[in-house]
Amino acid sequence: MSSSTLFGISTIAYIIAMIIYIAYLAFRKSQIGVAGTTITLAGFVSQTIAILTRWTESYAQWTALTPESTFALSVMRSAPLRNLYESLIFFVWCLILAYLIIEFKYKNRSFGAFVTPVAGIALAFIDVSGMSKEIEPLVPALQSNWLLVHVMMSFISYATFALSFSTGLMYLILKTEKRTESSYMFWTITTGVFIVILVALGLDYLTFSVAIKNPETLIKGYLFKASFFNQSFGISALSWIAALAFVFLVWRYGYVLRKVISSLSISPETLEEITYKSIATGFPIFTLGGLIFGAIWADQAWGVYWSWDPKETWSLITWFVYAFFLHSRLLRGWRGKKVAIVAVVGFVAVIFTYLGVNLLLSGLHAYGSLE
Amino acid sequence: MEEDKNKTVVDKIWDFFASITLAVVLFALIALTSIIGTILEQNAAPEKNIKLLGKLFGDSLAPTLYPIFEKLGFMDMYHSWWFVTLLLLFATNLIICSIDRLPRIWKLIKDPIRPLPEEHFKNVGIKKEFLLKGKTESIKNAFEHAIKKIGFKLLESKGVNGYQLYSEKGNYTRLGVYITHLSILLMLLGAIIGIFFGFKGSINLPEGKTYAMAFVRGKAITNSADEFEMDTILDALQATEGKSASAAKKLGIDEKTFEAKLKRYGVKPLGFSIRCDNFATDYYGGSNMPKEYRSWLTVIKEGKEVMKKSIVVNDPLNYGGITFYQSSYGMVPGAKGIFILKLTSKTGVSEIKKMPFGEKFIIPGTDLEGALADFSPALAFEPTGRPFTSGEQMTNPAVLIAFTEKGKPKYSGWIMKRYPETGRLPEGHIVELIDYWGVEYTGLSVRKDPGVLIVYLGFAAMGIGLFTALFMSHKKLWVRLVDEKNSTRVIIALSANKNRPAFERKVDKMIALLSKSGEGENQ
Repeated sequence: MSSSTLFGISTIAYIIAMIIYIAYLAFRKSQIGVAGTTITLAGFVSQTIAILTRWTESYAQWTALTPESTFALSVMRSAPLRNLYESLIFFVWCLILAYLIIEFKYKNRSFGAFVTPVAGIALAFIDVSGMSKEIEPLVPALQSNWLLVHVMMSFISYATFALSFSTGLMYLILKTEKRTESSYMFWTITTGVFIVILVALGLDYLTFSVAIKNPETLIKGYLFKASFFNQSFGISALSWIAALAFVFLVWRYGYVLRKVISSLSISPETLEEITYKSIATGFPIFTLGGLIFGAIWADQAWGVYWSWDPKETWSLITWFVYAFFLHSRLLRGWRGKKVAIVAVVGFVAVIFTYLGVNLLLSGLHAYGSLE
Repeated sequence: MEEDKNKTVVDKIWDFFASITLAVVLFALIALTSIIGTILEQNAAPEKNIKLLGKLFGDSLAPTLYPIFEKLGFMDMYHSWWFVTLLLLFATNLIICSIDRLPRIWKLIKDPIRPLPEEHFKNVGIKKEFLLKGKTESIKNAFEHAIKKIGFKLLESKGVNGYQLYSEKGNYTRLGVYITHLSILLMLLGAIIGIFFGFKGSINLPEGKTYAMAFVRGKAITNSADEFEMDTILDALQATEGKSASAAKKLGIDEKTFEAKLKRYGVKPLGFSIRCDNFATDYYGGSNMPKEYRSWLTVIKEGKEVMKKSIVVNDPLNYGGITFYQSSYGMVPGAKGIFILKLTSKTGVSEIKKMPFGEKFIIPGTDLEGALADFSPALAFEPTGRPFTSGEQMTNPAVLIAFTEKGKPKYSGWIMKRYPETGRLPEGHIVELIDYWGVEYTGLSVRKDPGVLIVYLGFAAMGIGLFTALFMSHKKLWVRLVDEKNSTRVIIALSANKNRPAFERKVDKMIALLSKSGEGENQ
């Protein structure tokens, strides 16, 4: 089987798993939970084989193009971590692995419903944005041994941060009671906006799918053009009203989710512990692999270990948010909800570092110069 | 409250800088303000950011906003006074915070563990109590063995009716946080040293040329007087292999004036010369995807070649504290190069020929004569087969060669460097275009940074510090053994400054093993 078929299988598996885990939340039958785990595991195995297959495919291409390269070098240079597509795949793989470890360790399936959507959305984003899936040999700038270790460690840390995001959000849902409470407003509005953006992106895709060739054209030419920025005033106004109404509804009825989660056998303390542990694991990996190895690589390739470019700066912003998280536990009265909010904000910064900088900021600058 | 009133101003300032609250406020401030510089393009032409502001705030507001933002330093915000102040506050906070807490922590590290008074066993967070069969003496031995096995430093005291074993491990791991903090200070220090004692410049070095200096951003040359002065400076430096003292002497001015001029024009003498012997781009197979940009460089000092290295992206050349990075390339405007051809007759006799454009050559051992009739840096073919030049860069260098035999025209054709098979002649002779040399330049980034070693030291310290701070802990274990007829009562208390459950699991495992072996003895 080719790698793309296997990737397709794993995407479908994660999406089915997501539905099953949500059903498990609703009905709480252990058989449903077992089915969820089984399908997640099947998706994971298929994805693992897919990654290895893609690796051998690109190994074959690399050795054909550079016959002089040694075995070890060829294996390293053909590692499937070279572009947005491959890195997203690897991120999802790490996330599912981390989730399966947690599920096994804590013998609890309830956050499957919160982790698999992140995996499903990431994989769906690949298809929606129409990013290139071609296997391409490395450009000179990427031919470095630091590539493998830098990208791998970055994405392992992103996966642990995604996990802490899920558990942090669950903690907030569990712990907030009053609608006027600021933590309640925070989680409902964040979740609401998140869903609204996803739906708007989906609408863009449905409307302009023919014209979209890669994520950059999507962002530059069509971002929210089907909804908020539509040429017709009516559609645009309607979109804004619908979005606001939706966020309001999430705020109004968000407590329903709390009832669902609180009926599960998962304590807020466990959630807090997992949030802390994933960040405490991810933070040093991110610092070392993402920031330090990135800086050493930049130093070797360009002669500057730090140049304040948007990617670097956003990594630093992310780093500061998680440094804030780790230190805020030392502050009086900062356990619990406030700390969970920082964990959620941290992952928003991760998403922005990873996707926002590549797509939005570069798009913004390029767009500005087009006119 | 009483205490607060008696505090001096110095104490208050100290407390302000020693607080974690200030630390997290600074984290938030640095993170939030940093966003500005990722949206507005830094050090860009004003029109670019005015356009951007127009997109964000509307075209009518943009011209008003831009000068305000510029005054606030947003167009080069990471070097603005207020951002640098934030970073300095951050550094001060780190230093004071660490000094403030270190003595207490040092005491915790250095003070040896003491036996736990009997009544305190109740107060320790994690306590275990159980009965083991066997003489106290033998159980004590078993515990001693087991505790040493997990790497704990062991001490013991004898009481009235038994023993107390007390031990600890990882007291130095409490320093992890301080190593992490120190690492950040090292990085900042290294960065400051780099700013004051280093430079970052570039040279566009044509093939075959030798330069003794690099260029940083300096004064724009607007008139012929400036141009003349700059040329004299450069000539003097070239003649002295980039030694500013000798160059100043040569010009008959004192060193200080000369240094000032160098600064004004953004010239950085290297103290040696560097020559580009060749530059080449390699492609993946027959595609147009670049595989490698390579420059062959030679360092010359006192007229001698002291170092030769070919560099690629990710593999620079370092000499005398200055590093040269492959960063770009291009064509030297108006340059006339030399064609290097390799001629191989069908009998296998081969010869390398170097010649300027327009010259002729003879295939060795034949009457076949070739003349260079045309050159294209980027030869391509239209669908109709008509050749044309697709760009100015050397993406597909090719020469048109017209062949004659004894003065009679025979045939002509394009020979491409990247496709040697195009040079196979009907008779079986081979003509290869090895290079069109001397027309390209290699763009080198030139960097001197004496602070980079300290930054790297900071990187290492950060790795070690974070690992220690987040994954290791200071663990203490007290075991009281009380004699009770044929058995021994074991009371265990344990503490750890982090990750207590993991430590507890470890001790539980140890106990399980001990009681198992104890049972074995009794049977």
